[in-house]
Amino acid sequence: MDPECSKLLPALCAVLADPRQLVADDTCLEKLLDWFKTVMETESSLHLLQDHPCLMELLSHVLKTQDVSPRVLSFVLRLVGIFAAQEDCFQYLQQGELLLGLFGETGALSWTAWNMPSVRSGWIQGLCSLAHHPSALHFLADSGAVDTIFALQGDPSLFVASAASQLLVHILALAMQGGASGSPISEAAAWPICAQKIVNHVEESLHSKATPQVTQALNVLTTTFGRCHSPWTGVLWGRLSPPVACLFERDPIPAVHSLMDLLLSVARSHVLNFAACGLWEMLAQTLSRLSPTQAGPLALGTLKLQHCPQELRTQAFGVLLQPLACILKATTQAPGPPGLLDGTAGSSLTVDALLSSKSACVGLLCQTLAHLEELQMLPQCPCPWPQVPLLGATVTILRLCDGSVDPSSSMGGRLCGTLGGCVRVQRAALDFLGTLSQGTSPLELVLEVFAVLLKTLESPESSPTVLKKAFQATLRWLQNSHKTPNCSDLSPDALLFLGELFPILQKRLCSPCWEVRDSALEFLTHLIRHWGGQADFREALHSSEVPTLARQLLQDPESYVRASAVGTAGQLSSRGLQATSASPENPLAQQGLLMDLMHILSTDSEGFPRRAVLRVFTEWLRDGHADVIRDTEWFVATVLQAVSRDLDWEVRMQGLELAQVFLIQAMGQPSLHCPYTVGLPEATSPRPHPEFLQTLCRLPLFEFAFCALLDCDRPVAQKACDLLLFLRDKTTHCSGPQEAGDSPNSASVEAVLQRWREGEQGQPLGDLEPEAMLAILRSLDLEGLQGKLAKSSDHVEKSPQSLLQDMLATVGILEENEADCY
Amino acid sequence: MMALPYITEHTGFTGTVYATEPTMQIGRLLMEELVNFIERVPKAQSASLWKNKDIQRLLPSPLKDAVEVSTWRRCYTMQEVNSALSKIQLVGYSQKIELFGAVQVTPLSSGYALGSSNWIIQSHYEKVSYVSGSSLLTTHPQPMDQASLKNSDVLVLTGLTQIPTANPDGMVGEFCSNLALTVRNGGNVLVPCYPSGVIYDLLECLYQYIDSAGLSNIPFYFISPVANSSLEFSQIFAEWLCHNKQSKVYLPEPPFPHAELIQTNKLKHYPSIHGDFSNDFRQPCVVFTGHPSLRFGDVVHFMELWGKSSLNTVIFTEPDFSYLEALAPYQPLAMKCIYCPIDTRLNFIQVSKLLKEVQPLHVVCPEQYTQPPPAQSHRMDLMIDCQPPAMSYRRAEVLALPFKRRYEKIEIMPELADSLVPMEIKPGISLATVSAVLHTKDNKHVLQPPPRPTQPPSSKKRKRVSEDVPDCKVLKPLLSGSIPVEQFVQTLEKHGFSDIKVEDTAKGHIVLLQEAETLIQIEEDSTHIICDNDETLRVRLRDLVLRFLQKF
Repeated sequence: MDPECSKLLPALCAVLADPRQLVADDTCLEKLLDWFKTVMETESSLHLLQDHPCLMELLSHVLKTQDVSPRVLSFVLRLVGIFAAQEDCFQYLQQGELLLGLFGETGALSWTAWNMPSVRSGWIQGLCSLAHHPSALHFLADSGAVDTIFALQGDPSLFVASAASQLLVHILALAMQGGASGSPISEAAAWPICAQKIVNHVEESLHSKATPQVTQALNVLTTTFGRCHSPWTGVLWGRLSPPVACLFERDPIPAVHSLMDLLLSVARSHVLNFAACGLWEMLAQTLSRLSPTQAGPLALGTLKLQHCPQELRTQAFGVLLQPLACILKATTQAPGPPGLLDGTAGSSLTVDALLSSKSACVGLLCQTLAHLEELQMLPQCPCPWPQVPLLGATVTILRLCDGSVDPSSSMGGRLCGTLGGCVRVQRAALDFLGTLSQGTSPLELVLEVFAVLLKTLESPESSPTVLKKAFQATLRWLQNSHKTPNCSDLSPDALLFLGELFPILQKRLCSPCWEVRDSALEFLTHLIRHWGGQADFREALHSSEVPTLARQLLQDPESYVRASAVGTAGQLSSRGLQATSASPENPLAQQGLLMDLMHILSTDSEGFPRRAVLRVFTEWLRDGHADVIRDTEWFVATVLQAVSRDLDWEVRMQGLELAQVFLIQAMGQPSLHCPYTVGLPEATSPRPHPEFLQTLCRLPLFEFAFCALLDCDRPVAQKACDLLLFLRDKTTHCSGPQEAGDSPNSASVEAVLQRWREGEQGQPLGDLEPEAMLAILRSLDLEGLQGKLAKSSDHVEKSPQSLLQDMLATVGILEENEADCY
Repeated sequence: MMALPYITEHTGFTGTVYATEPTMQIGRLLMEELVNFIERVPKAQSASLWKNKDIQRLLPSPLKDAVEVSTWRRCYTMQEVNSALSKIQLVGYSQKIELFGAVQVTPLSSGYALGSSNWIIQSHYEKVSYVSGSSLLTTHPQPMDQASLKNSDVLVLTGLTQIPTANPDGMVGEFCSNLALTVRNGGNVLVPCYPSGVIYDLLECLYQYIDSAGLSNIPFYFISPVANSSLEFSQIFAEWLCHNKQSKVYLPEPPFPHAELIQTNKLKHYPSIHGDFSNDFRQPCVVFTGHPSLRFGDVVHFMELWGKSSLNTVIFTEPDFSYLEALAPYQPLAMKCIYCPIDTRLNFIQVSKLLKEVQPLHVVCPEQYTQPPPAQSHRMDLMIDCQPPAMSYRRAEVLALPFKRRYEKIEIMPELADSLVPMEIKPGISLATVSAVLHTKDNKHVLQPPPRPTQPPSSKKRKRVSEDVPDCKVLKPLLSGSIPVEQFVQTLEKHGFSDIKVEDTAKGHIVLLQEAETLIQIEEDSTHIICDNDETLRVRLRDLVLRFLQKF
């Protein structure tokens, strides 16, 4: 502990022990505990206590009078726990009867403040910190704390109850760790008493008729198997699996979710011999007994397991496929091609779930689709993956939602009524449809997918969120349909599809709902980015009104739409696809897009469109867009001028990014500080031409960067610092005869910088010579600044000393107020 | 409403028509427009031979498929319209109207259009609700009054949406998108519509949309002989509007934003395409005009004018006509056609919610609503699903409603009521006998005091009057209670009867007085004394029986 803090500690302890002094802020106490924990990592807690008698005084005071606030009581319990985590300190505290006084039956349990959940929680956390050595185990056993923890498992405060369960697991693990120091204990009967007590309690709870108790026991076990991977857990499972299995025989099965969590937690453990312990049978039985909605998460969890018998995987996958199989069965007229599942086991349960109510049907389908989507992206994805029937089922679900299915059965009719216009299912199905694009599908199904996507995109009934998902799925299918190696071209079917899509897109760009206009623009931007170079695509796009409409949306009243329109227009222009016709109503359209975007950058009242403009400009500069390279200097100067006045820090950041791209293009990539490049000759980084430095002064890029260096938003300052460091590196060889401070010019710059630091940023640097700029650049401690900026803004305030001072100061203020009252 | 003159002027109708004020005023406008459109192009001759069935079946479709062409009528005249409207008696929402004392009818807001109503027809003990075109959406009219429909014995459900699969919100979005798309590409938009109703909501949507869609410079024209009246009427029916619009009136502001559109010259209205309109006409533009069937009215001119260019679009919003049939005579047509029917009336989901809320004992509806539409036979959701199943009817079918009239309410005159002396026969139940004259007039029943006993005739004239008075016999008291057999037998014995035998029967007891050869049959609701012509004995026994019963 540093001496400054040592000095402050007695005063703080006195404040904490004084019931009249209210510690108003809980977070201070938390920070204080964190600090003590850090101190204990490097120092002996015993020494700390001995060196700072004030701490012991505080503890004794609390033990004697308990007249402090509950939050201080809780703090003290936790603090003692942290101290006692070291065995020597534990002994020291125990000699003074302090531990028993605080954690024993005559301790915190008998205080009136025990009613406060925070005190109970402090008691548990204190014990949890303390339980780190064999002496602690004896203490726990002797003090009767374990029984109290059992009781606290059912605490009305969920935090306390959960912490109690965690503590039990912690104690069990500690006991077994101590006990297992010799040979592994295979007989539960030979376990340490403390462990036996806990296991017996869990076993009793599993036999209980009350669901909350069963849930508590299951949670303890789930955590145990999740956390402990020693051989003893196998013995534990061997003993407790029969009562767990008995739970499945009850009707209804109690605490289903906790049971499933336990089974999966056990199955993920590496130490158990599953075949021997009957876990697979139990999982299989559970999967067949639970309702489809309950079994879904368990099936997914089972399929995610690394080592799992194929038979069980097949069963679990069957559970996930069942609802979709029912959908296919209900809507397919002829027996047709083989469906998802040949067997019908469990299908009646699924049918019941699908037909029982709208919410049950929607819930089951959404869950199933989400599970399958997750599964397809995992390495454990079942193989063979039934791509064709899954795709068929998903398309059918979408058709049920839009009412275009002609169902063959009465169940199909019911489903049609239930799912008609159901946005939740539509969204889930579109998500899954997008994922299914990764697989290989027969052409006729791909065409069906395109048809249902077109229908969804076209339908006036589609909600904005459904449309967004439909756009996303469409993009994925276009990307993945009939991919041929080494060819990113669109397939003829995709082109036909686009021919039908563009008129719909036109309509969507005119939608009265801004979300729709926005998603349509985003979709269009992606399309152009992918296929903007392909002749067929360009032709299809050009023959539609889409580019013109997209351009018109630059003036949309909604800022998000304007931002997206900026992105689209930028992309169109990059690909040479910009709208050619200018409407007379739109004066801006008659000018070039560059001017339109400049106009938005300098006048738009919202940040999003301005940020979007800068992203486009940066891309244009990077890619050498014709409008930019015509007069790059003018372009950069105009942009920087607009950006320097911008109130949005992200715009200023983007401005620096653009400046960096400009510099890199002129001066080469920044030198890499990579060990592998050390031996290589310095890349032919061109030495900046003096005229270029003149240009930088004229732009004025220097001024912009210096100004940003003092930006009140840290990321901007950081970026500016990086930029200036880059500039300094690149100009090291350009040193002129003058040193910093030599010229009156640079002196005035220094003066201006000083004023800026003091908050007067209105004054420009004025026309400066490159030499002066370079001199300032070198005179600045950029590395130091970079280091400072890298730290979070509150690093000064975060020090323990500051924390202690703050706490004392708060109390001091309280004292003053008290004095004022008299 | 549009058929009203045919009923009142051609069927010998002599009754009263009840309607709310907006219904009458807007109905007048709609009929006026129709008559105006028809009379603008008078026909010198009208063909009728084709109506001959033998000739009709030779005609091309759809003429040969038209049904009951012989009953087709010529359009009425403005004179007939006025005459029909003169038979209307105006009513307000929740106003109770007595019909011959038999039933009371009450109009309730149906939420569909200005002044549109559902009706409650009720007697003292029965309630029938008649639900016609109603809407639960938040549009301009007062919201639908659902609460008053509760506790109905029968709910007659008609006027559901004609396009159950089209959601009005989606359709309005579609309307706006296509309108903007056309205008941005330099085309004109034609909206065939009625001069009142959905147009108010469309104008309101456009009011919010045109600025955001960059359409501020596009003129909107509303052409109808009644355009001006329709736009102005809508602004003055404040009490019939939804709450939001009502509160605007107190600001004071016009409740509909089309006032502002007119003020800012964005919306212009004209009685016809002739006159001012031809001077102001500027393209591209949006035109709202009738008739939505495209068979007459100014819309015909615009179809001819714009039909050849693919830049233009006609957007159908009225659900009453098949747009394909409406367009048939104009084919081939280059202009784009968009069908976005906006029908805000109840759909089947809303109906099922409404029925859950209102819980009528029985639902009666047209047969079409009890099965899915023929074109979508699998859509089991597109039909009324209620318990007990709805009772359906076909056109012109007479239906007996599923309830029996069990009670009538009868008033008692105060002086008669005053004379009654109720007797409590069970706790909480008192009875009194009434002798009175039941006077029934106009389906109202009143109990009046009976006439005083007839005075001896003093003159011939008096005598004749007294003959009309009903003959009032002296009334026997009514009896109640039951006869305890054992006590009755004891009493008989006490009064000297011996050799008494009691037999139990299914309905009661038989007391045999063997000596007197007499039989007393005691049942729950009757007692018979059967003795052989011994009146004295009978009277004695009767008096003994009466001892055990209460009289009043």
